Amino acid sequence: MTDEAAQPEFQDDARTALYDWHVEKGARMVDFAGWQMPIQYASIVQEHEATRKNVTLFDVSHMGRLRFNGEGAASLLDRLLTRSVKDMQVGQVRYSLICNHDGGILDDVLVYHLETPSGSRYFLLVVNASNRDKIVNWIEAQWPDQAAVELCDRTLETSMLAIQGPNAIETVAPLLNINVAEMKYFRARVTHQMNKPCIVSRTGYTGEDGVELIIRGDQTNHILQNILAAGRQFEISPAGLGARDTLRLESAMPLYGHELDEQTNPLEAGLGFAVTWVDGEGNTREFIGSEALAEVKAQGVQRQRIGLVMDGRRAAREGYGVLAEGQEIGTITSGTFSPTLQQPVAMAYVPHQFANPGQSLEVDIRGKLIPATVSSLPFYKRT
Amino acid sequence: MNAEELLYCDTHEWVFVSEQDGQKIATVGISAFAVEQLTDLVYMELPAVGAAVTAGEEFGEVESVKAVSPLYSPVSGTVTEVNEGLPDNLDILNTDPYESGWIMKVNVSEELPESLLDHATYQRQCGEAS
Repeated sequence: MTDEAAQPEFQDDARTALYDWHVEKGARMVDFAGWQMPIQYASIVQEHEATRKNVTLFDVSHMGRLRFNGEGAASLLDRLLTRSVKDMQVGQVRYSLICNHDGGILDDVLVYHLETPSGSRYFLLVVNASNRDKIVNWIEAQWPDQAAVELCDRTLETSMLAIQGPNAIETVAPLLNINVAEMKYFRARVTHQMNKPCIVSRTGYTGEDGVELIIRGDQTNHILQNILAAGRQFEISPAGLGARDTLRLESAMPLYGHELDEQTNPLEAGLGFAVTWVDGEGNTREFIGSEALAEVKAQGVQRQRIGLVMDGRRAAREGYGVLAEGQEIGTITSGTFSPTLQQPVAMAYVPHQFANPGQSLEVDIRGKLIPATVSSLPFYKRT
Repeated sequence: MNAEELLYCDTHEWVFVSEQDGQKIATVGISAFAVEQLTDLVYMELPAVGAAVTAGEEFGEVESVKAVSPLYSPVSGTVTEVNEGLPDNLDILNTDPYESGWIMKVNVSEELPESLLDHATYQRQCGEAS
């Protein structure tokens, strides 16, 4: 699941504040982007189903958390991100991409616009663990001379917990001194836990309703116990990176290093919604990669991210060839046996003429050609 | 079958050899440790009856939600029987990997490899691995 080459060298065997708890819970720990993370506690399928039907807790403290203070922050981020930042209201969260000058994707991120209780405003960027080092270096290299911005990497001082599933909101509501049930999806607030700031966002990477909390590292175990106590009525259970991967795959959310990389642009990845071409005043936005992407948009994409469903039980895995009439036309980027759909699902890139739902293709599963059908995405959508 | 009387590959297959009509017949499966490590099994590819298998070489595969793992034969010989019901009922491997969870029977054509481990050695190796 992790791209070895992309791992930052300065981290090795980094542990989240909950490392001991994971081990105590019987988690199988794996190296993920330099962090020791739980892949699963017992069964990936059980953790997956508990998230779809009930509520689970994920430690996602490995994700990078970069805070931008200062009056130049909005302008700096607006230049770095494919999506407009300048028009964000306090409390908004947006999914965006960071591209290089060629329009290749350096990372996919969430950007938060937040306000502390004392009234100071700032932005927060949540980046992939595997890209944190690269993105910090990239931002510093793009830094304008006069920028009135302070960048603080808050990853190691804070923890991030995701509480996900249909019972997630009811689980956390009594713990938070804001009305989380009334918060809209992709909204965030700064509130308090034990007199310390806590960021609550209605976000996640599972396709279910839920929240993510960013809290101080030294409070993590205490807040964890509060969540577990509040979730006892639902028998809340922990879920690991294995279930996180099958959940995001069913929901067709791309994963960096698989569906996204520097050779892939947002348009072929099906992420055009995360590119703002024109600003609120009707002017063409200029951001890093905008010229290259405008050219792609004008010429049309060469290939597209698609979903594939298959009969049987053998999953198409990353790297397997996708064929049309015996010719290899593309490659699987990730795939698994879907616990919800009870059939293999996968994502792949193929030329656009083969990308229409219903198109019959084949996947080379270790030497055997298995029929597959292009499916609309996502594979699973909560009702 | 009693797990303690079986021999094991370091790749987690078990084998039990019995004499039938002067032939050496090996019954092959995968260990409880392997099943626990794999978790969430979804698919198993069995060899064909009559196929030749070679000690240390792949004879099939088992797939979990997470990954695909090859199955390696502990012995060389010809497959005489496969557990055809197993792929549709992989849960058996969680409850009874050494009896009803057997995978194939092989008419053994060569001496057993010396690399096979007894139960105690295999358990020790699993303890070190986990």
